[in-house]
Amino acid sequence: MTDSTGAAGAGEQVSAAAEQLGFSSKADVLAKSQEFWNPGKTRFWMGTGVDLVIDRREGYYLYDMSGRRLIDVHLNGGTYNLGHRNPEVVRAVTAAMGHFDIGNHHFPSMARTALAEALVRSAPPGLTKVVYGSGGGEAIDIALKTARHVTKKRKIVSIIKAYHGHTGLAVATGDERFSELFLADRPEEFPHVPFNDLAAMEEALRGRDVAAVIMETIPATYGFPLPEPGYLEAVKALCEQYDALYIADEVQTGLMRTGELWGITKHGIAPDILVTGKGISGGMYPIAAVLLSERCAGWLTEDGFGHISTFGGAELGCIAALKALEICSRPETRSMVHYISDAVGRGLRDIQDTYPDWFVGIRQNGVVMGLEFDHPQGATYVMRRLYEGGVWAIFSTLDPRVLQYKPGILLSADQCEELLMRTATAIGRARDDAARDGWRGGSPARRTTAVPAAAAVPPAASGVSADADGAFVTTRNGRRVPVRTTVPVRKAVTR
Amino acid sequence: MTSGLLDGPFGDAVLTEPAGVPRGRAMLERAEWAARAFARYDAATVDRILSAAAAAGAAHADEFARRAVEETGFGVAEHKRLKNLACSTGLLEAYAGHDFVSVRVDHEAKIVEIPRPAGVVLALTPSTNPVATVYFKILLALMTRNAVVVCPHPLARSVCADAARIMAEAAVAAGAPDGCVQWVDEPSVPLLNALMSDERTDVVVATGGVQVVRAAYRSGNPAIGVGPGNVPVLVDATADLAAAARRIVDSKSFDNSVLCTNESVLVVEEACADTLVTALRRAGAHLLTEDERDRVRDLLFPGGVFDTSCVGRDAVTLAGRAGVRVPAGTRVLLAPFDLVVPEEPLAREKLCPVLGLVRVPTVRSGIDTARAVLRISGAGHSAAVHSTDPATILAFGAAVRVLRVSVNTGASLGGSGLETNLAPTMTIGTGFFGRSSVGENLEPRHLVNHTRLAWNADPGVGMPDVAAATGSAWAPPTGPVPAYPHASNTAEAADVLRAAVAGAAAAPREPVTAESADLREEVRRMVVAELRRIVEG
Ligand SMILES: Cc1ncc(COP(=O)(O)O)c(C=O)c1O
Repeated sequence: MTDSTGAAGAGEQVSAAAEQLGFSSKADVLAKSQEFWNPGKTRFWMGTGVDLVIDRREGYYLYDMSGRRLIDVHLNGGTYNLGHRNPEVVRAVTAAMGHFDIGNHHFPSMARTALAEALVRSAPPGLTKVVYGSGGGEAIDIALKTARHVTKKRKIVSIIKAYHGHTGLAVATGDERFSELFLADRPEEFPHVPFNDLAAMEEALRGRDVAAVIMETIPATYGFPLPEPGYLEAVKALCEQYDALYIADEVQTGLMRTGELWGITKHGIAPDILVTGKGISGGMYPIAAVLLSERCAGWLTEDGFGHISTFGGAELGCIAALKALEICSRPETRSMVHYISDAVGRGLRDIQDTYPDWFVGIRQNGVVMGLEFDHPQGATYVMRRLYEGGVWAIFSTLDPRVLQYKPGILLSADQCEELLMRTATAIGRARDDAARDGWRGGSPARRTTAVPAAAAVPPAASGVSADADGAFVTTRNGRRVPVRTTVPVRKAVTR
Repeated sequence: MTSGLLDGPFGDAVLTEPAGVPRGRAMLERAEWAARAFARYDAATVDRILSAAAAAGAAHADEFARRAVEETGFGVAEHKRLKNLACSTGLLEAYAGHDFVSVRVDHEAKIVEIPRPAGVVLALTPSTNPVATVYFKILLALMTRNAVVVCPHPLARSVCADAARIMAEAAVAAGAPDGCVQWVDEPSVPLLNALMSDERTDVVVATGGVQVVRAAYRSGNPAIGVGPGNVPVLVDATADLAAAARRIVDSKSFDNSVLCTNESVLVVEEACADTLVTALRRAGAHLLTEDERDRVRDLLFPGGVFDTSCVGRDAVTLAGRAGVRVPAGTRVLLAPFDLVVPEEPLAREKLCPVLGLVRVPTVRSGIDTARAVLRISGAGHSAAVHSTDPATILAFGAAVRVLRVSVNTGASLGGSGLETNLAPTMTIGTGFFGRSSVGENLEPRHLVNHTRLAWNADPGVGMPDVAAATGSAWAPPTGPVPAYPHASNTAEAADVLRAAVAGAAAAPREPVTAESADLREEVRRMVVAELRRIVEG
């Protein structure tokens, strides 16, 4: 069991990397992290029992400074889709550093052009031009700016508890927790509608004053509630009907994670704009990209300097992305994702059959998975036990009942078996923990309403996010009608 | 603890990995998934998959035979067609009734044997018998529920890729797991070395030149490699000379001598030599004069090294190139020489219809001469003898350092089991003589191990009747393997689940044993899960 303070004894053995950076121990890092970096985040994790300072990383393994190994099924939302420091990507970037740097963003470039062509060829039909950003948020902003330019309208419709990043425009599409903090909420321009609610969507679009609907193909930070069959397709149809653009945020669902290169193609949707980020460069060099239809790409001709970003489209990132895209596009990779998805899905259903009252739902599309627990903080319990048991998976910030469970697309069969074994144990232990804290499950039938949050907040997580999400109604997988509430404790996190 | 740029789960020397290797490793990884799934298949499904793959192979036997000749420039299309048939539907017939899947129970010995496939087979195939060997190795792998990655010789890569592709497609269409048959499109030596030494490779089955075979053994992975042949054939005075001559010429000209079992040096007892030569000429052989022989030797071995452009060319073409006039229809060039010694190039392996001819005074010296041929190369491989004297035949067999001797039959198809009752094969185990781990013709059982459940030998300790439980060890797939990743809230995902439940429920009812109890428990859990979904739905 890890020491929840994260303190490590003085004089402990540290890695060469730690030594180089002048740290004598993990406690040293944690102390200075609070002093100089981000006290809120640092304390949050220490308080949650996840006292992780990632040191070495390799493939799907992370190593804490203590040397403890963790299987990574968080992957930073797919950033490490191909594993940490994937040797092919490392080799490509290392070799490229002998020739390229970030490049001059004003000029045409070989790397940017080659990646743009590769992206266009990989994409759903109709996307013909590529704009680069340095991260997902910037790319989303580019998409939203583009939509406004094309339609000459301002409104952007997004989903309640959507997550598209924290940059200027993107943050306004997301949860108020993040926009209000910086006075960046703009409800008049950025209406939010409930997920899977077509009537609400139509209501929002009916005025024909909406530039675009932006949709994560599966809302990640919300815990991967799945779109009802036909929902996204109907939203696309509504967009066409009311002259709004459809922006597919494929930052977490692209790059083969659903068993197809772009998750949106499983819905047969040809979006007007597609955004990719995170895993696109194998976690080795930041870059993100926006794919535009010909109709949307007009400003690139009208005023090619319309969006300027020194690091957007950094050439080293382009090289990394070309390699990552190639790996993701291999037929072997696709086949493996199908195997992994099948194996992990089966394994999880077996675990669910052991704890049906606690582990109440599996949301799965390929290796995009959300595991639902019968407790408003269920995922926090499970996350802690997984961490203790050598697996790193993160709760869903916007629905802590749900654990984000995101295995890599190159995971081996043995690794899958090991992961499932560790997961089974952790889920069982987390259930005991919850019971000790007063949770009373035991009814084999799924609850349809979440238990009130106040009843059972794990001690380590208390004061963290005992949010009022208990106030939403759940029917079954993904079909949830959230009731928007303020989250009283969020200030404790961010302050 | 390792750290640093070049360490990684996918191997060292990250910066120097040759092109094609990452993709090759991905194939092995995919194959590993396929192998895991395949290893749980039942015998009936495996039979269906095999039939489909073999039928596909047979349907293309003719086309691929012609394409192999075009692509490599050697061999005889008609003979290749026969080999392609022999290695597709023919192989299936040869192993009809054999079963490398089912659990076997030996109540006497109180031992139960559970077949356990190797997993991922890396199959190296040669340019000489390209399609037949691809077919052969794929079918062996499928019979034994292994996944296979075919790495063809670069000279024949296009036709081999297509041969593998049609078998793969047929197998998967018949229910085999996705990726259980794969092939390398752009083979190269560095790629081969990387794949052979990759930890995902469970066994290398190497047919090819000495270099490749030795590399397979050096790889650190289990390997079945087979050495080169150099086949001596002895004819004594007791033989049916006319028949022997006919068989030798047929065999030597079959596919222009590209089978590694083809005759290399004919050793004939002086007493019958003239008669045999006359019969050979009648059968289509041309006896080279000393001058002609020297010219043919220079053609085949310029500077003492075999010129591979002679491989699989027909006798008339070779004679023409050497400037030797031969009658039209000549099938074999007979090259007489005196002494089998290493400095005589004609005593070495010649993968073309040139047959060395050595006269010996006695059977004893004939056997010594055959041993001399095999000292030069071909140890552990094949030999042939034509004789009606059992003593001669046995003396020959006991003395020559090979592991198969074709008796009164051609060596090409005799040693490879197509004209004898040896296991039909495209891969000849050369055993300890030939520095190989297998001394027999490669057959399916070489690709499968067995888990042996061994009860207490004490007669006082009983063994239950486990026969009835053996059927539950393996199961047919309940849909495509792997299932397509439909989103879990879709009707398609529910269908997949229902099929799985139905499949498990349809499994044969067995008396309660550990295995069947497990199965039942699994079914129960699936049904519970399914019901839950329906209730919630
Ligand atoms: C779906 C989605 N879109 C956009 C973003 C923003 O990306 P970035 O953090 O690189 O700005 C994220 C990040 O989590 C995301 O999950």
